[in-house]
Amino acid sequence: MTEEIIIAGFGGQGVLSMGKILAYSGVMGNKEVSWMPSYGPEMRGGTANVTVIISDERISSPIINQFDTAIILNQQSMDKFEKSVKPGGLLIYDPNGITHHPQRQDINIYQIEAADEAASMGLTKVFNMVVLGGFLKLKPIIQSEFIRKGLEKSLPKRHHGLIPENEKAIEKGKEIIKSVHQLN
Amino acid sequence: MKGNEAFAEAAIRAGADGYFGYPITPQSEVMEYLMAEKPHERTGMVVLQAESEVAAINMVYGGAACGKRVLTSSSSPGISLKQEGISYIAGAELPCVILNVVRGGPGLGTIQPSQSDYFQSTKGGGHGDYRMIVLAPSSVQEMADFARLGFDLAFKYRNPVLVLSDGAIGQMMEKVELDEQRPRFTEEEIIKNTPWATTGKTKDRERNIITSLDLDSAKQELHNHALQAKYKLMQEQETRFEMISCEDADYLIVAYGTSARISQKAVDLLRAEGIRVGLLRPITLFPFPTEIISKLADQVKGILTVEMSAGQMIEDVKLAVGCRVKVEHFGRMGGIIPSPTEVVEAMKTKIIGG
Amino acid sequence: MAEITKEDIRKPENLIYKKTDLLTDKPLSYCPGCGHGTAHRIVMEVLEEMDIQDKTIGIAPVGCSVLAYEFMNIDMQQAAHGRAPALATAVKRLNPDKFVFTYQGDGDLAAIGTAETIHACNRGENIVIIFINNGIYGMTGGQMAPTTLPGMKSSTSPYGRDVHMMGNPLKMTELVAQLPGTIYVTRQAVHTPANVRKTKKAIRKAFENQKLNKGLSFVEIVSNCNSGWKMNPVQANEWMVENMFPFYPLGDIKVND
Repeated sequence: MTEEIIIAGFGGQGVLSMGKILAYSGVMGNKEVSWMPSYGPEMRGGTANVTVIISDERISSPIINQFDTAIILNQQSMDKFEKSVKPGGLLIYDPNGITHHPQRQDINIYQIEAADEAASMGLTKVFNMVVLGGFLKLKPIIQSEFIRKGLEKSLPKRHHGLIPENEKAIEKGKEIIKSVHQLN
Repeated sequence: MKGNEAFAEAAIRAGADGYFGYPITPQSEVMEYLMAEKPHERTGMVVLQAESEVAAINMVYGGAACGKRVLTSSSSPGISLKQEGISYIAGAELPCVILNVVRGGPGLGTIQPSQSDYFQSTKGGGHGDYRMIVLAPSSVQEMADFARLGFDLAFKYRNPVLVLSDGAIGQMMEKVELDEQRPRFTEEEIIKNTPWATTGKTKDRERNIITSLDLDSAKQELHNHALQAKYKLMQEQETRFEMISCEDADYLIVAYGTSARISQKAVDLLRAEGIRVGLLRPITLFPFPTEIISKLADQVKGILTVEMSAGQMIEDVKLAVGCRVKVEHFGRMGGIIPSPTEVVEAMKTKIIGG
Repeated sequence: MAEITKEDIRKPENLIYKKTDLLTDKPLSYCPGCGHGTAHRIVMEVLEEMDIQDKTIGIAPVGCSVLAYEFMNIDMQQAAHGRAPALATAVKRLNPDKFVFTYQGDGDLAAIGTAETIHACNRGENIVIIFINNGIYGMTGGQMAPTTLPGMKSSTSPYGRDVHMMGNPLKMTELVAQLPGTIYVTRQAVHTPANVRKTKKAIRKAFENQKLNKGLSFVEIVSNCNSGWKMNPVQANEWMVENMFPFYPLGDIKVND
């Protein structure tokens, strides 16, 4: 198993930390992982993206231009990465703020209204975990016990009290993700 | 762990006595990590933010001259500033580790990853005839491993060791296994293992002087001969490389660091198409794995070098190969990382079809 | 009365002065009449009197005293131009039980090494800085220094230092006295026996401060450069008293006890 994922959105949406939790969970599940962020001024409010690879084998390149899964959280990222999903791959996006919806017919496309869901939970910060839940529903590559360990590892100790909220958000994400376009 | 953090943690565990640095993207995590870890409490290690890269490398000179395990880190523009100090360190034959997390240049350039400091690193960026051992990590694990290996080689040869990384490896996270904590040198060990160090002149020995100066040209030439003999010994003993899928290869890619990781993926993609390609990854850039490349040149029909530069290492590959087979360069510059499919394309157009 | 022979004189009981063992037997390479020789001697005498030869690491600069390590019989490091305070910082931090000093000229300390000097002073590194100020670049042949006086001639200010064109002389010692990290800042000279005694006392105080971990001590020695000033030693000393001292007045500038 090798899963090559790009997560892209605005800085501040929790793009990098979502990738980090995914990567740490992979490590806890004894997988090979790499986490390669875009960095620099982009970290401060512009667009941010991170490539996460989770694999049973040694990872060759941590930098790739074709992805099994693209998780897209703003329009700029949609413009940039829709075309980078491998044929037959998966695109997950939050329609909130998206004006040009994905058009490709050769990939599976799902929507997750994570921003609205997080807001209705009263916890906008767990937005990224709702998205992560949606992804894990479609690609259950990591067991939930390892996700919990990944949360423990990547969240600072003072935030460990929030782990149950994060787990709840992941479960919520699994419930609300819905198909937009399905390959036969 | 990020590559930069792995390097910092490994340095503490390698028994480092002192780190002296100045912030610059994309390597500031090294000092941030060290400061957060309070190594002065863990091991007694000194960590100091200097007023400039120039001061930092000269602090390294001072510490190394006392027989201590000292290091600094920076990124390309900062490493340029350190060149004077590096030349002095090489001339005075002091052991130390220098990390360059390379970003695109020239000038202030960009903060994104690059490999355009190859010439500076391997041919001597400062003045005078000197060489550093240059280790090129291609994973977070090697960032950690080379901190310790760097110290060991530095003390073995009384020579600066450069770890030539780049922004991608510095910033990315991978799994890493760290060595156990190694104790720092004791005062007794320093006096015994590095009897040349300035530890205070006692009655039982002559004074120790650390200098790169000798105004007597005949002596300065002798000193240079001794340095060259040392560099030759490094070439004989310390050349390191990794070969991937080279046994049956018809074509070869030579790449180091991040480019080697990308090229490895390209090798997989090309082999999936039935094209037998191998990868030779130099781990030491000085000494350069000339011999093995020369040997492989007899086996393959063409060689592609992949670098995030305009083509610098290719000169060393060509020196190894001569005119026996075609050698071409593919690279991106300015902080752009080539993709595996671009490498595949370059191999097809420049080498196989070219 | 029997004639007194040399052997009669060379008896231990007649010994009134002896070169310290902390100076090597190598003849000084400085010009006759230069203040460096005296400054070297009194620094080494202080180390001998404090019995800290085996605990002292000195840092030599680039300039006339680049070869200080040829004359000082202690462990020494030779620094790149201006960087001595950076070396000293690391040496002291990594060896807090050692005594560490830099010995620097005006070009080294007040021009190319300004940043290293100010930051070492400001951090309050527990070291001693000995600053020889003769207002000129001696080793390279008499060029203008950061401390060259207004109107003073040098090979790169052949018509005298025009401060509008070449900038003003820099009073580093007053400058570092402003910094919280310096504990003792003084300006001395070595042109008369009385001044030599005073300077030696100042250097002793500086090393005693280091022993007590008090912070950075900065001792400027205003000196002469006969060759660079194109004078004989007597003229140079007179010129120094008449011209240098009014601009660089002697005495303690900061004493925090």
